[in-house]
Amino acid sequence: MAAGAASGGSATTDTYKEARTWLLLPAWVTLTILTLAPVGMMLIYSFLTKEFRGGVIWEFSLAAYDQFFFDRGLFGDDPAKIEWTYILIFWRSIWQAGAATILSLVIGFPTAYFIATRPESQRPIWVFLITIPYWVNLLIRTVSMKFLLRDNGPFNDFLLSIGLIDSPITIVNTNFAVQLGLFYSYLPFMVLPIYAAVERYNFSLSEAAADLYATKWVALRRILLPAVKPGVIAGCILVFVPSMGSFLAPDLLGGAKNFMIGSLIEEQFKGNAGNWPFGAAASMILLTMVLILLMAYARQQAKAENAEG
Amino acid sequence: MATAKSAKFDIKSYKGFKAITLLCLFVLYAPLLVVTIYSFNASASLTVWEGVSLRWYADVFTGPESEKFKLAARNSFVIAIVAATVSTTIATLAATGMVRGGKFKLRTVSFGLISLPLMVPEIVSAVAILIFFNSIGFDRGIMTILLAHIAFCIPFAYLPISARMQGIEDSYEQAAMDLYATKKQAFTKILIPLMMPGIISGFLLAFIVSLDDFIITNFVKGAGVETLPTAIFGAVKQGIKPNIMAISTMLLGVSVVMVTISYFVSKSDNTK
Amino acid sequence: MKNLMKGSAAALALTIGANAALAEGDLVIYHWFEYMPQELLDKFAEEHGVNVTLDTYDSNEAMLASLKAGALGTYDVAVPGDYMVSIMGGEGMLDTIADGELKNKGNIKAEWADPSFDPGRQSSIPYQWGSTSFAVNRDVYQGDINTTDILFTPPAELAGKINMLDGQGEVIAMASLHLGIPQCSSDREQLKALNALLQDAKQHWVSFNSDTAKEVLVSGDAAAGQIYDGFSAKAREEGANVEYAFPTQGYVAWMDNVVLLKDAPNRENALKFMDFLLEPENIAAVTNFARYNAGVDGVEEFLDPSLATQPENNPHADAGPGVFIEVCTEEVQAVYDQIWTNLKK
Repeated sequence: MAAGAASGGSATTDTYKEARTWLLLPAWVTLTILTLAPVGMMLIYSFLTKEFRGGVIWEFSLAAYDQFFFDRGLFGDDPAKIEWTYILIFWRSIWQAGAATILSLVIGFPTAYFIATRPESQRPIWVFLITIPYWVNLLIRTVSMKFLLRDNGPFNDFLLSIGLIDSPITIVNTNFAVQLGLFYSYLPFMVLPIYAAVERYNFSLSEAAADLYATKWVALRRILLPAVKPGVIAGCILVFVPSMGSFLAPDLLGGAKNFMIGSLIEEQFKGNAGNWPFGAAASMILLTMVLILLMAYARQQAKAENAEG
Repeated sequence: MATAKSAKFDIKSYKGFKAITLLCLFVLYAPLLVVTIYSFNASASLTVWEGVSLRWYADVFTGPESEKFKLAARNSFVIAIVAATVSTTIATLAATGMVRGGKFKLRTVSFGLISLPLMVPEIVSAVAILIFFNSIGFDRGIMTILLAHIAFCIPFAYLPISARMQGIEDSYEQAAMDLYATKKQAFTKILIPLMMPGIISGFLLAFIVSLDDFIITNFVKGAGVETLPTAIFGAVKQGIKPNIMAISTMLLGVSVVMVTISYFVSKSDNTK
Repeated sequence: MKNLMKGSAAALALTIGANAALAEGDLVIYHWFEYMPQELLDKFAEEHGVNVTLDTYDSNEAMLASLKAGALGTYDVAVPGDYMVSIMGGEGMLDTIADGELKNKGNIKAEWADPSFDPGRQSSIPYQWGSTSFAVNRDVYQGDINTTDILFTPPAELAGKINMLDGQGEVIAMASLHLGIPQCSSDREQLKALNALLQDAKQHWVSFNSDTAKEVLVSGDAAAGQIYDGFSAKAREEGANVEYAFPTQGYVAWMDNVVLLKDAPNRENALKFMDFLLEPENIAAVTNFARYNAGVDGVEEFLDPSLATQPENNPHADAGPGVFIEVCTEEVQAVYDQIWTNLKK
């Protein structure tokens, strides 16, 4: 515990307590007007009656939530059963986003660590190198990625030519391709926060620990990881949460045979359905889920601080 | 190479981390290699090679749509730079308030508010913001895109910045203040420089988020305002053409030149 | 950082300035990107002394959502597809063009003068039209392709290698043609059959891609794919050995139309613009650029000769009818939505 605090596990202090309100005010104002107000409006929309082909009629209705949770058959007049379709879609998205987050962490952590241990003057260049690919439009990047990975594309050709495989591996249009699409969309969002945290780490702590525990890997797990936890968590949030609503890259690579939450909601606003209240309701359910997760994390962190203080 | 020699004893270096980093860069850049190569394709195809040609570069500069693409590229960059700058500033202040502001009741709520743009699917934000702008009589244009992007970018800037700040003990600022520095000085002269890697990370993430945003931009942009993503996605009636790849390659060229320059600048700094 | 901000503020001012330079006569067009040659817009602006602003959208539905969210009243004309004209008409988003307001209205080809989606051309004029069918890679499959079986009960060579458009309208219309049932039928047995057909056919489909419908055929990721006529022609030009099918069961036709929007801020100029696009020479320039078909008499002499022989423009004698996607009632649309969700859940 003491080591965690000393190495800056979560150095929350009250240095600027008096200025707190002023420091937070710009964020509060901007986000209240530009995000909270629109979200509040969507919350209201989710309880209104749908207008055919988009829009809402100002009449209270629970139809959107009913559609989400109850299955009334193809024509809407069977006895209500529990609707698994949307729960399945949500589950798929959570699962894919989780897998993509783990993939990003496994690749992103060592990368961030490696960058943070370069000579100080070179670090910004490495950081820049990680973000440059994202100057190119997502659609173009993903189409090119698909080109590389397809059955008779360069990647498979290479593996075949060195004799590692006998027949091409199918990657495009699989579940793995969906995760790859998410991973590829959000990798820097994992690397940069971890880098920002590790860069600050005091390595003499690891040295001391390594003397005691003898192996570097133990030092990594016991000393470094707790110290840079805020960065790791920030990275995981930045990959996982947007991944849940994302669909463009995963649809292109994965073939769009199954709805992700994002494409389901998009369909309600931009597709033939034009069912705004249902799109709003699905968004609110997604939002509630993620919010509960994040709030639980924030509270648990606050508790940990209380215990320390 | 100096690191390789002492790797065995160097607590900092882990076997395999360098390999993973190179793999990571390879994954990130391999598709860009394809983009670069096919931007020189003589064919109108994105995937079938027909020989080397500069026709798509000529198209970018002299083609019938060149003016629109130039304007779109300029809009994209201006919006991304302004949105990233403003949102990074807001996020830095907010992070200071959250991490250096002691315990307060609204902290959990504030964290939820700051993360909110991440949680709302983009299409929902897009429709909601558009209805909102219309209901308050705000004309759509570059300003509406900018406002929407600023709000959307805040969490992307905030999270790396606050992660960094949580790693900085306040003993530095305390020491400065013991030496009669004001709080303002402690903030600008001590904390901000220590925060730089976090701030740069936040800025770069906000920048790429804004630069690549399509869904929200598509809804809040006004007549005549085009950004690169809306131009690219809007071209569905004609299909994607390699001129997009030429533009992308030039963007990459610009950024690589910038990195190279900063590399040599930093190298000369080192030798001092 | 300070300099950076200063620089970007200056650049921002420049950008805003560029857009603010408005002349007296304005016209605001809501259009697809790259669907109209810039020279033609310049020509119109010059001939009529009108300052033209173009805004773009990427799908009919996105345009509708944007107009519904409050953008109506900021645009003069838009270019929706056939079914969308009828939806917008039903929503009261279109203005009526009185008799005699368009002096070139008589130029509209007789077959397009009274379409089902806008009887009597009250609010619209034809822009471009074509078809949505499917193309098959002839290296992979040499048999008869002029049947919708290719998509729904494909031969072994094509099974598992078919790309569908990621759009409810196109997929369900094609499935209805395959079953020989009317679109928007409210008959429960027919709707169940439709649901069952799609459920069963899904196993043969490798992906749903609209944005890259052409690329998957060119790269060989898909051996057959639902596709717009113009994209099929482009795929062929790019070297894919694909043939565009005109199934005997019929195929989907589409037509984009210039509509006069309600509350158009520059109604006069909008009408001038529509008249301009009814001149054969002008609309032929669009066709030569976009490579679809015009709906105006007398364009032939201005057209690129290669367009006339393009196989995508010349259905064979046994081809079924080209049908527009119909606009269903709310009840049937709700079932369609359910079927679509079932398909993609």
